[in-house]
Amino acid sequence: MQVFGMFRSCLIVGVMLVSGAQAQDRFITVASTTSTEQSGLFGHLLPVFEKTSGIKVRVVALGTGQALDLARRGDADVVFVHDKAAEEKFVAEGFGVKRQEVMYNDFVMIGPKADPAKAAGKDILAGLRRIAAAQAPFVSRGDKSGTHAAELRYWKAAGVDLATTKGPWYRDTGSGMGPALNTAASMNAYILADRGTWLNFKNRGELGIVVEGDKALFNQYGVILVNPAKHAHVKQADGQAFIDWMVSAAGQQAIADYKIGGEQLFFPNATK
Amino acid sequence: MACWLELQGLGLTEGAVRILADVDLKLGAGRTALLGPNGAGKSTLLRLMHGLLHPSAGRIVWSQPLTQAMVFQRPIMLRASVLANIEYGLDLRGVPAADRHVRARTALERVGLPELAGRQARKLSGGEQQRVALARAWALEPQVLFLDEPTASLDPASSREVERIIREIAAGGTKIVMTTHNLGQAHRIAEEVVYLEEGRLLEQTPADEFFGQPRTSAARNFIHDERY
Amino acid sequence: MNDLSASLALAGDLVAAGDAKLAAIVWLSLKVSLSATALSCVLGMPLGALLSVGRFPGRRPLIVLFNGLMGLPPVVVGLLVYLLLSRAGPLGQFGLLFTPSAMIIAQTVLITPIIAALTRQVIEDEWREYREQLRSLGASRARAGRTLLWNARFSLTTAGLAGFGRAVAEVGAVMIVGGNIDGVTRVMTTTIALETSKGDLPLALALGAILIAVVLIINAGAYLLRQWAERRWG
Repeated sequence: MQVFGMFRSCLIVGVMLVSGAQAQDRFITVASTTSTEQSGLFGHLLPVFEKTSGIKVRVVALGTGQALDLARRGDADVVFVHDKAAEEKFVAEGFGVKRQEVMYNDFVMIGPKADPAKAAGKDILAGLRRIAAAQAPFVSRGDKSGTHAAELRYWKAAGVDLATTKGPWYRDTGSGMGPALNTAASMNAYILADRGTWLNFKNRGELGIVVEGDKALFNQYGVILVNPAKHAHVKQADGQAFIDWMVSAAGQQAIADYKIGGEQLFFPNATK
Repeated sequence: MACWLELQGLGLTEGAVRILADVDLKLGAGRTALLGPNGAGKSTLLRLMHGLLHPSAGRIVWSQPLTQAMVFQRPIMLRASVLANIEYGLDLRGVPAADRHVRARTALERVGLPELAGRQARKLSGGEQQRVALARAWALEPQVLFLDEPTASLDPASSREVERIIREIAAGGTKIVMTTHNLGQAHRIAEEVVYLEEGRLLEQTPADEFFGQPRTSAARNFIHDERY
Repeated sequence: MNDLSASLALAGDLVAAGDAKLAAIVWLSLKVSLSATALSCVLGMPLGALLSVGRFPGRRPLIVLFNGLMGLPPVVVGLLVYLLLSRAGPLGQFGLLFTPSAMIIAQTVLITPIIAALTRQVIEDEWREYREQLRSLGASRARAGRTLLWNARFSLTTAGLAGFGRAVAEVGAVMIVGGNIDGVTRVMTTTIALETSKGDLPLALALGAILIAVVLIINAGAYLLRQWAERRWG
């Protein structure tokens, strides 16, 4: 009966939709962090690069750890992340060609405006010690992201051994920057965040910046081309073009130009 | 009359329930009615002969292969037009598309419903649907037609029409085997009556004799109960 | 309450403004989920018919399996399809990861069991009703399955809609295999997740309202179409 006709038409429609959905542009895939995506930096940078190069950039925004894992599997052409130690390991393992520094932003410690732990100031380590002493609620990303790695470094430097002092006040959320900020806002907790995401974040509740301006809070971003020797399909030329542009004068200027509410978020510092 | 179908020690049990047991029967007549009270096993016997059920004991022996069709108590129509329903059966028998249409139309005319060809089969009345079911069977030009209570759920007018159609099909040489609760109908249609009770065959008698002087007291009681 | 009404007002504004970016996202959502639904119907409906009409060893375990797979977590499906399509995976050479095709594949995997299981239920009821008649007419099981699929076409729209509803509403699978790339694989649900991450809850909720409205419109359309078709072809 007509049943075959029915299925055939379903199939044809399906195939049409699938193939229609596949625009074949010239593009590269960049695995990057939620901070660059959610702060709006890419929304500002990429159109400029795409216009000059004709190369579209597809950004998959993840935590730094996930972004590097994705690239290890060959699912990206370029990684653009912020965890120097992990990046250097990635290159040393042969998955990346070379790490180049691009820019930095800074972390800020967010917390209740009332600051119950008296953590406010310019010293991140002192602030963390007071939070631990007061056992004030603290939200951690807990997702192996660059921000999470930085947070763990600060705790260590502050001499707080999380393994022993960790209690109900320390919430390991295993989530991205935005969801973690949402959690912190609803719990009125302290949290380490990158400034860009914080500036772009709307659901602030009673939270505000508690610690900022400490040199130790600088957060360096690096860019790495995935090694074509490991993954032959990597778009070497176009990926390198993107990296070259990012560290070029034009790219560095575009980074410096990105502002939210008049405030510069990222500070170019490419090493030539 | 030459025997065309022989049942040898036929039995059917489902689980622990014995539905039919030790049925020995030779069918030679052109028009046979299976009679008996509810639960006697008439419909089951019909389905065994038609091959819809498999016996758990005994054998069914056809003297020669005969083409068959069956019409059920409740007409089962596909969600398609009347004509498509009739053509579907022909399609299954491998009738070429060009012939299907003609044969379906002819059958529909024979059951007196040519004007319903394009209508949705499931939207017809019960009587009309049963006539379409008969047309669907008739179009196949079966050598044997099994009918299971074909008028049980119909009003008298529809029953008369269905009866007329059955007789016409029989007149064309198709052998009829039917179950019915309507003794008048059995008398009008059948040459021979097979009487069953509780899964056993009690008698096989020419129709005139059965309705005048049944051989078993069970059948006598049955006729009495059905009539009064 | 204030948040809700503000979000609804925002949703209304977004739609009224006819924002091209929003329209593209809605369109991609529909394209991906409708394609997945179409593919799943092609795969799942014959499978459902086979499970109800067929007689083969392992049929019952398969039925239980498909009923169970209806509750497949989207994230798990996303992860499995990601591992398949990843460059390091068995289908990596096709470069499908982070494309709408990958999202269609993931959603197809997600909803085919739903459509198969619901189809099986419908066809099993049909089979109970039609079995004797179809066998009497001489239909093979395969042919009976095909006939009943066609016969149940109006009831089966519900199975298709259930699959579509699940596909268009899920975020876990498309997030992983699509990557939520702006302008390429960003759909309604991943946009909502992103806006929630940014803490823009009113916008996220407004997008949610638009998603619900789109799904409702499609369901209403399907309902009316079915009514009309049933009247016409009943």
